[in-house]
Amino acid sequence: MINLIWVALFLIGMGYAAVNGTMDDVNKVLFSSANDAVQICFGLVSILIFWLGLMKIAEKSGLLNKLSNLFKPLMKRIFPEVPPDHPAMGYILSNTIANMFGLGNAATPMGIKAMEELKKLSGGKTTPSRSMITLLALNTSGLTLVPTTVIAIRMQSGAHSPTDIVGPTLLATLCTTTAALLIDRYFHHRRRRKK
Amino acid sequence: MSLITTFSTWLVPCLIAVVLLYGTLKKVPSYDAFVEGGKEGFSLAISVMPFLVGMLVAIGVFRASGAMDALTHLIRPLMSAIGMPSQVLPLALMRPLSGTGALGLMTDLVKTYGPDSFVGRLASVMQGSTDTTFYVVTVYFGAVGIHRIGDALKVGLLADLVGVISAVCIVTWAFG
Repeated sequence: MINLIWVALFLIGMGYAAVNGTMDDVNKVLFSSANDAVQICFGLVSILIFWLGLMKIAEKSGLLNKLSNLFKPLMKRIFPEVPPDHPAMGYILSNTIANMFGLGNAATPMGIKAMEELKKLSGGKTTPSRSMITLLALNTSGLTLVPTTVIAIRMQSGAHSPTDIVGPTLLATLCTTTAALLIDRYFHHRRRRKK
Repeated sequence: MSLITTFSTWLVPCLIAVVLLYGTLKKVPSYDAFVEGGKEGFSLAISVMPFLVGMLVAIGVFRASGAMDALTHLIRPLMSAIGMPSQVLPLALMRPLSGTGALGLMTDLVKTYGPDSFVGRLASVMQGSTDTTFYVVTVYFGAVGIHRIGDALKVGLLADLVGVISAVCIVTWAFG
Protein backbone atom coordinates (compact mmCIF):
# COMPACT_ATOMS: atom_id res chain seq x y z
CA MET A 1 0.00 0.00 0.00
CA ILE A 2 2.66 2.48 1.05
CA ASN A 3 4.75 1.47 -1.97
CA LEU A 4 1.92 2.38 -4.31
CA ILE A 5 1.33 5.74 -2.67
CA TRP A 6 5.02 6.57 -2.80
CA VAL A 7 5.36 5.79 -6.50
CA ALA A 8 2.10 7.59 -7.24
CA LEU A 9 3.38 10.78 -5.54
CA PHE A 10 6.39 10.78 -7.88
CA LEU A 11 4.60 9.84 -11.08
CA ILE A 12 1.62 12.15 -10.63
CA GLY A 13 3.98 14.97 -9.67
CA MET A 14 6.18 14.44 -12.70
CA GLY A 15 3.21 14.04 -15.02
CA TYR A 16 1.65 17.22 -13.68
CA ALA A 17 4.95 19.05 -14.03
CA ALA A 18 5.30 17.91 -17.65
CA VAL A 19 1.87 19.34 -18.49
CA ASN A 20 2.21 22.47 -16.37
CA GLY A 21 5.78 23.36 -17.26
CA THR A 22 7.06 23.21 -13.68
CA MET A 23 9.81 20.66 -14.38
CA ASP A 24 12.45 23.18 -13.29
CA ASP A 25 10.99 23.38 -9.79
CA VAL A 26 10.78 19.59 -9.61
CA ASN A 27 14.48 19.30 -10.42
CA LYS A 28 15.41 21.76 -7.73
CA VAL A 29 13.24 20.13 -5.09
CA LEU A 30 14.62 16.63 -5.75
CA PHE A 31 17.90 17.53 -4.11
CA SER A 32 16.81 20.15 -1.63
CA SER A 33 14.22 17.81 -0.08
CA ALA A 34 16.73 15.00 0.34
CA ASN A 35 19.05 17.43 2.06
CA ASP A 36 16.24 18.68 4.30
CA ALA A 37 15.37 15.14 5.34
CA VAL A 38 18.93 14.34 6.41
CA GLN A 39 19.16 17.56 8.40
CA ILE A 40 15.92 16.76 10.18
CA CYS A 41 17.25 13.34 11.17
CA PHE A 42 20.32 14.89 12.70
CA GLY A 43 18.02 17.20 14.60
CA LEU A 44 16.19 14.13 15.90
CA VAL A 45 19.39 12.56 17.21
CA SER A 46 19.70 14.95 20.15
CA ILE A 47 16.22 14.54 21.57
CA LEU A 48 16.01 10.80 20.98
CA ILE A 49 19.29 10.22 22.78
CA PHE A 50 18.11 12.36 25.67
CA TRP A 51 14.66 10.82 25.94
CA LEU A 52 15.60 7.18 25.49
CA GLY A 53 18.44 7.69 27.95
CA LEU A 54 16.02 9.08 30.51
CA MET A 55 13.61 6.21 29.91
CA LYS A 56 16.39 3.73 30.59
CA ILE A 57 16.71 5.22 34.07
CA ALA A 58 12.94 4.88 34.56
CA GLU A 59 13.11 1.28 33.41
CA LYS A 60 16.04 0.31 35.65
CA SER A 61 14.68 2.03 38.74
CA GLY A 62 11.43 0.12 38.39
CA LEU A 63 9.40 3.27 37.79
CA LEU A 64 7.90 1.83 34.61
CA ASN A 65 6.88 -1.30 36.54
CA LYS A 66 5.31 0.83 39.26
CA LEU A 67 3.33 2.71 36.65
CA SER A 68 2.17 -0.60 35.21
CA ASN A 69 0.81 -1.63 38.61
CA LEU A 70 -1.01 1.67 38.85
CA PHE A 71 -2.89 0.94 35.65
CA LYS A 72 -3.67 -2.66 36.50
CA PRO A 73 -7.19 -2.09 37.88
CA LEU A 74 -8.12 -0.12 34.77
CA MET A 75 -6.67 -2.76 32.45
CA LYS A 76 -8.68 -5.48 34.18
CA ARG A 77 -11.83 -3.65 33.10
CA ILE A 78 -10.63 -3.10 29.55
CA PHE A 79 -9.58 -6.74 29.15
CA PRO A 80 -12.21 -8.70 31.10
CA GLU A 81 -11.28 -12.01 29.43
CA VAL A 82 -7.63 -11.94 30.50
CA PRO A 83 -6.88 -13.33 34.00
CA PRO A 84 -5.12 -10.51 35.94
CA ASP A 85 -2.10 -12.64 36.83
CA HIS A 86 -1.64 -14.11 33.37
CA PRO A 87 1.66 -13.07 31.67
CA ALA A 88 -0.44 -11.56 28.84
CA MET A 89 -1.59 -8.83 31.23
CA GLY A 90 2.01 -7.93 32.08
CA TYR A 91 2.91 -7.55 28.42
CA ILE A 92 -0.24 -5.57 27.68
CA LEU A 93 0.66 -3.17 30.52
CA SER A 94 4.26 -2.69 29.40
CA ASN A 95 3.07 -2.19 25.83
CA THR A 96 0.64 0.52 26.90
CA ILE A 97 3.17 2.28 29.14
CA ALA A 98 5.84 2.23 26.41
CA ASN A 99 3.31 3.74 23.99
CA MET A 100 2.41 6.45 26.48
CA PHE A 101 6.02 7.56 26.68
CA GLY A 102 6.40 7.56 22.92
CA LEU A 103 8.74 4.57 22.90
CA GLY A 104 7.37 2.99 19.74
CA ASN A 105 10.37 0.72 19.39
CA ALA A 106 9.96 -0.67 22.88
CA ALA A 107 6.19 -0.92 22.53
CA THR A 108 6.18 -3.12 19.43
CA PRO A 109 8.06 -6.13 20.90
CA MET A 110 5.89 -5.96 24.04
CA GLY A 111 2.75 -5.84 21.92
CA ILE A 112 3.82 -8.87 19.91
CA LYS A 113 4.60 -10.78 23.11
CA ALA A 114 1.16 -9.85 24.44
CA MET A 115 -0.45 -11.12 21.22
CA GLU A 116 1.40 -14.43 21.56
CA GLU A 117 0.10 -14.88 25.09
CA LEU A 118 -3.43 -13.93 24.02
CA LYS A 119 -3.24 -16.50 21.26
CA LYS A 120 -2.37 -19.16 23.83
CA LEU A 121 -5.37 -18.01 25.89
CA SER A 122 -7.70 -18.37 22.92
CA GLY A 123 -6.42 -21.87 22.20
CA GLY A 124 -4.20 -21.03 19.22
CA LYS A 125 -6.96 -20.12 16.79
CA THR A 126 -6.06 -18.12 13.66
CA THR A 127 -9.02 -15.77 14.13
CA PRO A 128 -8.52 -12.86 16.54
CA SER A 129 -10.06 -13.10 20.00
CA ARG A 130 -11.93 -10.26 21.66
CA SER A 131 -8.91 -9.24 23.73
CA MET A 132 -6.67 -9.19 20.66
CA ILE A 133 -8.93 -6.70 18.91
CA THR A 134 -9.07 -4.56 22.04
CA LEU A 135 -5.27 -4.55 22.27
CA LEU A 136 -5.07 -3.47 18.63
CA ALA A 137 -7.61 -0.72 19.24
CA LEU A 138 -5.53 0.52 22.15
CA ASN A 139 -2.40 0.55 19.99
CA THR A 140 -3.89 2.11 16.88
CA SER A 141 -5.31 4.99 18.89
CA GLY A 142 -1.78 6.01 19.81
CA LEU A 143 -2.03 6.81 23.49
CA THR A 144 0.84 9.29 23.94
CA LEU A 145 1.89 11.30 26.98
CA VAL A 146 4.94 12.96 25.43
CA PRO A 147 5.11 13.04 21.61
CA THR A 148 8.92 13.10 21.53
CA THR A 149 9.46 13.11 17.78
CA VAL A 150 6.89 15.84 17.19
CA ILE A 151 8.54 18.04 19.82
CA ALA A 152 11.94 17.40 18.21
CA ILE A 153 10.71 18.49 14.79
CA ARG A 154 9.07 21.60 16.20
CA MET A 155 12.28 22.45 18.01
CA GLN A 156 14.21 22.00 14.79
CA SER A 157 11.88 24.36 12.94
CA GLY A 158 12.40 27.08 15.52
CA ALA A 159 9.07 26.90 17.33
CA HIS A 160 8.49 29.61 19.92
CA SER A 161 7.55 26.97 22.47
CA PRO A 162 8.03 23.46 21.00
CA THR A 163 6.14 21.75 23.82
CA ASP A 164 2.98 23.86 23.67
CA ILE A 165 1.22 21.08 21.74
CA VAL A 166 1.67 18.52 24.55
CA GLY A 167 -1.56 19.44 26.33
CA PRO A 168 -3.75 19.48 23.20
CA THR A 169 -2.15 16.23 22.01
CA LEU A 170 -2.93 14.61 25.34
CA LEU A 171 -6.56 15.71 25.12
CA ALA A 172 -6.88 14.55 21.52
CA THR A 173 -5.27 11.20 22.27
CA LEU A 174 -7.66 10.70 25.21
CA CYS A 175 -10.61 11.30 22.86
CA THR A 176 -9.20 8.87 20.30
CA THR A 177 -8.47 6.16 22.84
CA THR A 178 -11.87 6.45 24.50
CA ALA A 179 -13.52 6.32 21.08
CA ALA A 180 -11.44 3.31 20.07
CA LEU A 181 -12.44 1.38 23.20
CA LEU A 182 -16.12 2.29 22.80
CA ILE A 183 -16.12 1.33 19.10
CA ASP A 184 -14.39 -1.92 20.04
CA ARG A 185 -17.08 -2.67 22.65
CA TYR A 186 -19.80 -1.91 20.13
CA PHE A 187 -18.36 -4.32 17.56
CA HIS A 188 -17.94 -6.97 20.24
CA HIS A 189 -21.60 -6.78 21.22
CA ARG A 190 -22.65 -6.77 17.58
CA ARG A 191 -20.64 -9.95 17.00
CA ARG A 192 -22.24 -11.59 20.01
CA ARG A 193 -25.73 -10.73 18.87
CA LYS A 194 -25.07 -12.25 15.46
CA LYS A 195 -24.14 -15.62 16.96
CA MET B 1 -6.02 28.46 26.84
CA SER B 2 -3.29 29.74 29.19
CA LEU B 3 -3.99 26.82 31.53
CA ILE B 4 -3.39 24.23 28.86
CA THR B 5 -0.18 25.85 27.61
CA THR B 6 1.13 26.15 31.18
CA PHE B 7 0.38 22.48 31.72
CA SER B 8 2.31 21.64 28.56
CA THR B 9 5.33 23.67 29.66
CA TRP B 10 5.44 22.06 33.10
CA LEU B 11 4.69 18.46 32.19
CA VAL B 12 8.02 17.61 30.56
CA PRO B 13 10.36 19.11 33.20
CA CYS B 14 8.31 17.56 36.00
CA LEU B 15 8.46 14.17 34.33
CA ILE B 16 12.25 14.44 34.05
CA ALA B 17 12.57 15.44 37.71
CA VAL B 18 10.43 12.50 38.84
CA VAL B 19 12.47 10.01 36.80
CA LEU B 20 15.78 11.35 38.13
CA LEU B 21 14.63 11.53 41.76
CA TYR B 22 13.13 8.04 41.70
CA GLY B 23 16.22 6.59 40.01
CA THR B 24 18.53 8.13 42.60
CA LEU B 25 16.29 6.95 45.43
CA LYS B 26 16.47 3.41 44.08
CA LYS B 27 20.27 3.69 43.76
CA VAL B 28 20.30 3.27 39.99
CA PRO B 29 23.57 4.50 38.40
CA SER B 30 21.56 7.16 36.59
CA TYR B 31 24.27 8.54 34.35
CA ASP B 32 25.39 5.08 33.21
CA ALA B 33 21.82 4.05 32.50
CA PHE B 34 21.23 7.28 30.60
CA VAL B 35 24.23 6.68 28.35
CA GLU B 36 23.17 3.08 27.74
CA GLY B 37 19.67 4.12 26.67
CA GLY B 38 20.97 7.08 24.69
CA LYS B 39 22.94 4.81 22.38
CA GLU B 40 19.65 3.31 21.19
CA GLY B 41 18.42 6.81 20.47
CA PHE B 42 21.22 7.45 18.03
CA SER B 43 20.62 4.32 16.01
CA LEU B 44 16.89 4.99 16.03
CA ALA B 45 17.35 8.47 14.57
CA ILE B 46 19.70 7.16 11.88
CA SER B 47 17.34 4.31 11.02
CA VAL B 48 14.48 6.68 10.13
CA MET B 49 16.72 8.61 7.72
CA PRO B 50 16.01 6.60 4.54
CA PHE B 51 12.26 6.69 5.26
CA LEU B 52 12.32 10.42 5.69
CA VAL B 53 14.50 11.09 2.62
CA GLY B 54 12.27 8.92 0.43
CA MET B 55 9.04 10.47 1.65
CA LEU B 56 10.18 14.09 1.69
CA VAL B 57 11.53 13.89 -1.86
CA ALA B 58 8.33 12.30 -3.15
CA ILE B 59 6.20 14.91 -1.40
CA GLY B 60 8.54 17.63 -2.60
CA VAL B 61 8.05 16.57 -6.21
CA PHE B 62 4.29 16.33 -5.75
CA ARG B 63 4.16 19.80 -4.22
CA ALA B 64 6.63 21.55 -6.55
CA SER B 65 4.84 20.29 -9.66
CA GLY B 66 1.67 22.06 -8.53
CA ALA B 67 -0.29 18.83 -8.21
CA MET B 68 -0.73 19.32 -4.45
CA ASP B 69 -2.29 22.75 -4.99
CA ALA B 70 -4.67 21.32 -7.56
CA LEU B 71 -5.69 18.55 -5.18
CA THR B 72 -6.25 20.80 -2.18
CA HIS B 73 -8.18 23.25 -4.34
CA LEU B 74 -10.47 20.43 -5.38
CA ILE B 75 -11.45 19.34 -1.86
CA ARG B 76 -11.26 22.69 -0.08
CA PRO B 77 -15.06 23.23 0.21
CA LEU B 78 -15.50 19.83 1.85
CA MET B 79 -12.81 20.49 4.45
CA SER B 80 -13.79 24.02 5.36
CA ALA B 81 -17.20 22.66 6.30
CA ILE B 82 -15.67 21.10 9.46
CA GLY B 83 -13.12 23.90 9.98
CA MET B 84 -10.16 21.86 8.78
CA PRO B 85 -7.51 23.62 6.68
CA SER B 86 -7.15 21.70 3.41
CA GLN B 87 -3.36 21.63 3.75
CA VAL B 88 -3.56 18.98 6.48
CA LEU B 89 -5.80 16.64 4.47
CA PRO B 90 -2.90 14.63 2.97
CA LEU B 91 -1.59 14.10 6.50
CA ALA B 92 -4.97 12.89 7.76
CA LEU B 93 -5.11 10.40 4.88
CA MET B 94 -1.52 9.23 5.32
CA ARG B 95 -1.57 8.84 9.12
CA PRO B 96 -3.24 5.40 9.26
CA LEU B 97 -1.18 4.10 6.33
CA SER B 98 2.39 4.87 7.26
CA GLY B 99 3.97 6.30 10.39
CA THR B 100 7.13 7.44 8.65
CA GLY B 101 5.13 8.72 5.68
CA ALA B 102 2.99 10.78 8.01
CA LEU B 103 6.08 11.98 9.85
CA GLY B 104 7.44 13.21 6.53
CA LEU B 105 4.20 15.04 5.71
CA MET B 106 3.96 16.53 9.19
CA THR B 107 7.57 17.73 9.02
CA ASP B 108 6.87 19.27 5.65
CA LEU B 109 3.80 21.13 6.98
CA VAL B 110 5.66 22.42 10.05
CA LYS B 111 8.55 23.60 7.88
CA THR B 112 6.35 25.23 5.22
CA TYR B 113 3.79 26.96 7.43
CA GLY B 114 5.89 27.42 10.57
CA PRO B 115 5.63 25.47 13.83
CA ASP B 116 3.58 28.18 15.55
CA SER B 117 1.01 28.53 12.76
CA PHE B 118 -2.43 26.96 13.05
CA VAL B 119 -1.58 24.42 10.34
CA GLY B 120 1.75 23.60 11.99
CA ARG B 121 0.17 23.02 15.38
CA LEU B 122 -2.72 21.03 13.97
CA ALA B 123 -0.29 18.80 12.07
CA SER B 124 1.75 18.29 15.26
CA VAL B 125 -1.28 17.30 17.32
CA MET B 126 -2.61 15.02 14.57
CA GLN B 127 0.73 13.25 14.32
CA GLY B 128 0.85 12.72 18.08
CA SER B 129 -2.73 11.72 18.72
CA THR B 130 -3.25 8.72 16.46
CA ASP B 131 -1.13 5.81 15.35
CA THR B 132 -0.45 3.87 12.18
CA THR B 133 -3.43 1.51 12.10
CA PHE B 134 -2.37 -0.53 9.06
CA TYR B 135 1.15 -1.01 10.40
CA VAL B 136 -0.05 -2.07 13.83
CA VAL B 137 -2.59 -4.52 12.41
CA THR B 138 -0.06 -5.99 9.95
CA VAL B 139 2.80 -6.33 12.41
CA TYR B 140 0.91 -7.51 15.50
CA PHE B 141 -1.37 -10.00 13.78
CA GLY B 142 1.27 -11.05 11.25
CA ALA B 143 3.80 -11.86 13.95
CA VAL B 144 1.56 -14.34 15.73
CA GLY B 145 -0.11 -15.82 12.65
CA ILE B 146 -3.62 -14.39 12.80
CA HIS B 147 -4.92 -14.56 9.25
CA ARG B 148 -8.42 -13.13 9.55
CA ILE B 149 -8.41 -9.54 10.65
CA GLY B 150 -11.97 -9.51 11.97
CA ASP B 151 -13.22 -6.13 13.13
CA ALA B 152 -9.74 -4.88 14.05
CA LEU B 153 -9.20 -2.71 10.98
CA LYS B 154 -12.69 -1.18 11.16
CA VAL B 155 -12.21 -0.29 14.83
CA GLY B 156 -8.80 1.24 14.14
CA LEU B 157 -9.87 3.33 11.16
CA LEU B 158 -13.01 4.63 12.87
CA ALA B 159 -10.86 5.63 15.83
CA ASP B 160 -8.49 7.43 13.45
CA LEU B 161 -11.40 9.42 12.08
CA VAL B 162 -12.42 10.43 15.61
CA GLY B 163 -8.77 11.36 16.22
CA VAL B 164 -8.60 13.71 13.23
CA ILE B 165 -11.87 15.42 14.11
CA SER B 166 -10.97 15.84 17.78
CA ALA B 167 -7.53 17.19 16.82
CA VAL B 168 -9.20 19.88 14.68
CA CYS B 169 -11.65 20.79 17.46
CA ILE B 170 -9.08 20.85 20.27
CA VAL B 171 -6.45 22.84 18.35
CA THR B 172 -9.11 25.35 17.31
CA TRP B 173 -10.20 25.64 20.93
CA ALA B 174 -6.68 25.87 22.41
CA PHE B 175 -4.95 28.11 19.88
CA GLY B 176 -7.86 29.54 17.88
